[in-house]
Amino acid sequence: MEIEEKQPRSISEIVSIVEALIFVADEPITVKTLADVLEEDREIIEAAVEELKLEYVEREGGLQIREIAGGWQIATKTEYHEKVRRFLKTRPNAKLSLASLETLAVIAYKQPVTIPEILEIRGTQSTSAIKTLLEKRLIVMKGHKETVGRPMLYGTSKDFLIQFGLKDLTELPSIEDFEDLVQ
Amino acid sequence: MEQQPEQLSFDFYKVQPEIIAESRSENLKLHLGEFTGPLDLLLFLIKQEQANIFDIPIARITDEYLKYIRLMKSLDITLAADFLVMAATLIEIKSKMLLPKEIVAETEEEQEDPREALVRQLLEHQKFKNASQMLYERTTVEQAVFPRGKIESDENNSETNASVFDLLTVFQKILARHKEEVQMEIEREEITLAEMLKTLKKRIFESKELSLLKFFEEMHTRREIVTAFFAILEIVRTESIKFTQNATFGDIVLKKI
Repeated sequence: MEIEEKQPRSISEIVSIVEALIFVADEPITVKTLADVLEEDREIIEAAVEELKLEYVEREGGLQIREIAGGWQIATKTEYHEKVRRFLKTRPNAKLSLASLETLAVIAYKQPVTIPEILEIRGTQSTSAIKTLLEKRLIVMKGHKETVGRPMLYGTSKDFLIQFGLKDLTELPSIEDFEDLVQ
Repeated sequence: MEQQPEQLSFDFYKVQPEIIAESRSENLKLHLGEFTGPLDLLLFLIKQEQANIFDIPIARITDEYLKYIRLMKSLDITLAADFLVMAATLIEIKSKMLLPKEIVAETEEEQEDPREALVRQLLEHQKFKNASQMLYERTTVEQAVFPRGKIESDENNSETNASVFDLLTVFQKILARHKEEVQMEIEREEITLAEMLKTLKKRIFESKELSLLKFFEEMHTRREIVTAFFAILEIVRTESIKFTQNATFGDIVLKKI
């Protein structure tokens, strides 16, 4: 047994353990956490995750491995959402209003941002939209701006990344790209 | 528009509002949608008039805009003040443009198109409107993806960071409880914020963590609870102490970091 302990793990074994850990984690699990638990180098874990991802793609099953909110997660494929929903007896969440979505877009791109700055872009008060977004935990307060009146700064949360299926904020398309749509 | 309650669901493509003018009459048919603000309405009108955003026919657009606002008023729909502010801005631009150019040139060093600031704002707004559509599409796709269901240990292990809202909820719960108790009002020495802070600090540093519910329950009067609440806010701001909450709406614990 002692000899076995010292032997390096095979890559396929690492891939298996990584899969097990991603499966049990209730939130997207980071490469760093995986590396800590397995006591392996980051590079090895990264390679293992990529390998696992490939296996899932090749298997063409009902699940996918994906990178979200800075971690890895096993989830169902979109094509099967009707059946999954029928089983879970859930309905899609209440959608955000246009005003809330617009406010969220301004916060996502301009963060950290104050309420007056949001007003400037939207041309209208955003108080109730901000309240909704805070309640839904899509945005969080990020301290005060060091200016007259020390207004509160807002930014997006980890829940925002999860609910919008983003790896991180850099995955958002550049705001300048939306200019092309202006005729 | 802003003050309307959140809609439960809508289709991004179907909520586009429409104003249909009946031929040969002043009557307008209105298909109500949701304008997120005056800029949104303005963009819509410019598009409807098929006008160039860089050369807005300000007189025509202003007329349309005012027509819309009057219509909303006649339908008894409450308009946010922002819509009226925009109406004033439009009228101001319109009147500036009516002034002979030489006179304007005398008063202003460099002659700027009075519409310029508005166009800049409209373009910026349009970008974020498109961005919000992208977000809408993303969340729609994301709602079709499901992670595995929760297992029992998830609830026990999760240590979510409590927010100010959770804090307020706990605070309200305690206030409500105190309301129910019939109390004899006895004159007592009021505790100051500084004293409360000292007590709170001592309690946390003795036991490393402190249940907010327990701490509040030790308070006797409403005033004391309020003082305690302020003391907690202050201590989190100034000391290396954080809130943790083990379950939604659960108790909040103050912990030394």
